[in-house]
Amino acid sequence: MTGMLDMDISSMMHAIVPALATTALPALPMAGINWHSVLFLLFAGLACGFAVGVVAADNVVRMALYLVFSLGATAGLFFLAGAEFLGAMQLMIYVGGTLVLLVFGVMLTAQAPFVSIKPSSSDRTLAAVAGASLLALLLTAAFSVDAWMAPGAGVVPAPTATPLGMALIGVRVDTPPSGSPSGGRVGYMLPFEIVSVHLLVVLVGAAYLARAKRRRTPRAIDAVASAMPVEPAVVATAAVTAPGRTTGGAKSALVGGGR
Amino acid sequence: MADFLIGLGLPGWLAWSIAALVAAVLLLNVIAGGALVFIWAERKIAARIQDRLGPTRTGGRFGWLQSLADGIKLLAKEDLMPEGADGLLFRLAPYVSFCASFCAFIALPFAFDVVGQRLNVGVFFVVAVLGLEVFGVILAGYASASKWSLFGAMREAAQVVSYEVPLGMCVVVPVMLAGTMDLVTIAEKQSGWMSNWYLFHDPFTFVIFWVYVTCAVASVNRAPFDLAEAESELVAGFHTEYSGLRWSFFFMAEYGSMFLVSALAAVLFLGGWNGPVPIAQLVGLSEGTGDSAGYFVRLLGLANLIGKATFGVLLMMWVRWTLPRLRIDQVMTTCLKYCTPIAAVMFAGAMFWQLFLPGGLLPGWSRPAGEIREGWLEGPGGLSATSAPAAVRSAGVAAAESSDSSGLAKRSPR
Repeated sequence: MTGMLDMDISSMMHAIVPALATTALPALPMAGINWHSVLFLLFAGLACGFAVGVVAADNVVRMALYLVFSLGATAGLFFLAGAEFLGAMQLMIYVGGTLVLLVFGVMLTAQAPFVSIKPSSSDRTLAAVAGASLLALLLTAAFSVDAWMAPGAGVVPAPTATPLGMALIGVRVDTPPSGSPSGGRVGYMLPFEIVSVHLLVVLVGAAYLARAKRRRTPRAIDAVASAMPVEPAVVATAAVTAPGRTTGGAKSALVGGGR
Repeated sequence: MADFLIGLGLPGWLAWSIAALVAAVLLLNVIAGGALVFIWAERKIAARIQDRLGPTRTGGRFGWLQSLADGIKLLAKEDLMPEGADGLLFRLAPYVSFCASFCAFIALPFAFDVVGQRLNVGVFFVVAVLGLEVFGVILAGYASASKWSLFGAMREAAQVVSYEVPLGMCVVVPVMLAGTMDLVTIAEKQSGWMSNWYLFHDPFTFVIFWVYVTCAVASVNRAPFDLAEAESELVAGFHTEYSGLRWSFFFMAEYGSMFLVSALAAVLFLGGWNGPVPIAQLVGLSEGTGDSAGYFVRLLGLANLIGKATFGVLLMMWVRWTLPRLRIDQVMTTCLKYCTPIAAVMFAGAMFWQLFLPGGLLPGWSRPAGEIREGWLEGPGGLSATSAPAAVRSAGVAAAESSDSSGLAKRSPR
């Protein structure tokens, strides 16, 4: 029954749709457009535009937001190129990491001197020179490539995550690029381990630095408390949020986390 | 679907656009329609838990049109913005939240082959995108020019950044068992009887599922972890200054995320679209076929997954109206002193279980996991195609065999 219905509908559609396609659509030149390139230009334009926005904006929070969009568009480029793992990584690490930047921006902009950041002319000059030299280098490198690979039509990109993961544990399973010798293809076990241990050390160090400091004697606490009307942390909170009363919510929100 | 349209004679670009549009609109409806139903359900559940009746009049017997009436009310509300607000960011924030929630749905499989875009790194993508939802909250808190909003946003930031760690560890365990990050493959590997679900794979996965539930509730900002909108302290937290449709976008994002983490739990631990009893397989139907029987089985799977996800959402509602809200230090303690160590230990436990008892305690009871199931490794053109076993046990064996068969890969010196 259902199968018959399917057949009926699809045969009807077969009759109708080509007629539609030939009557209404041939005027549009869209069939000849390479949509891969269009999407690439779209994402690249977004990334560049928001990158310019980061430089042009004078509000820290907006800068961080534009940075998020720029990095997100870059992730879109990675997805477009079939590098799904890299794209997701970009989203998680760079875009997610900018979150912390945004938080700091929010915390800083409550204070007057940071609401609007205007770099001095010397800063601008320095940044322009550095940026221009980097751009020149990248452009030279880009134009020195003989032939860029054209966007493949109908090429199914190979999965990216598994070869990466297996290369990290020291096994290369991906096919070598044509022409290169297949010998000597070792994985990245040692760099992976070194980076892991390095990150672990950084983590332990951060935890050590951020730990709750133990005061030497209880007398010292009394002395500090009598000398200062409020705790330094609460002063910091008040400075961060706004001049005026700090509520219980402020203490629990910003100070309580460290306890 | 795009191939079907191309087959009908449409040009390729139009076919792909229509296919993408259909998928996007369907997913949008999952979020919007889901929010309507879930808000109604939440009101009824809250009322019953508090010994009330909840909405009873709008739309007949159970007040089931209440959400729709609320929606019309929200549409008609005046759109206010505080005077000191950062206009652009204030307007942008709800959409950022909503888009993050929506984008994560793209990689979520609803049934066999019913997935917006099958990604090789589906789990990773979903978790990464879900973490972006907090941007909307922080922007809203900052741009509202209100201290309540700012406090709510700061709490949310601290909470989400902390809870991503144990959440990531919980998610890694099914990935390890399945040998892939592809959500479709993970769900496929749990097909069959209920004992194949990763929830019952070993004791460690059973424990880590509950850690995942805790972290998921915290990461979607629901009670008892809803400090960002603690109404007894912060008026309404980050959305204090929002009204009308913008406010409702935050709510749609919240309910969308709730559904998403529940569906993710279903895919990762509860067998995905596979029911507790493989009815279709027992009858002799297969979901892989393209005829109407196959579509019927997929529909059954769709109902299965949506049922499981809805159950997860209802569980969250039950928790919300039962438990009191935690303090911020208690939230942090739960994350850093309980969830993270438990998740780490369970991760190690699952790893050793996988190493020493790959077949499970009772042979034949549950399916051994940990084979490499990536199609490109074992398919007709795959590296291990010429070697005898279709499913390769471990990475080292895979490499050895592929180097035997094709000579492409060499085992690295240890």
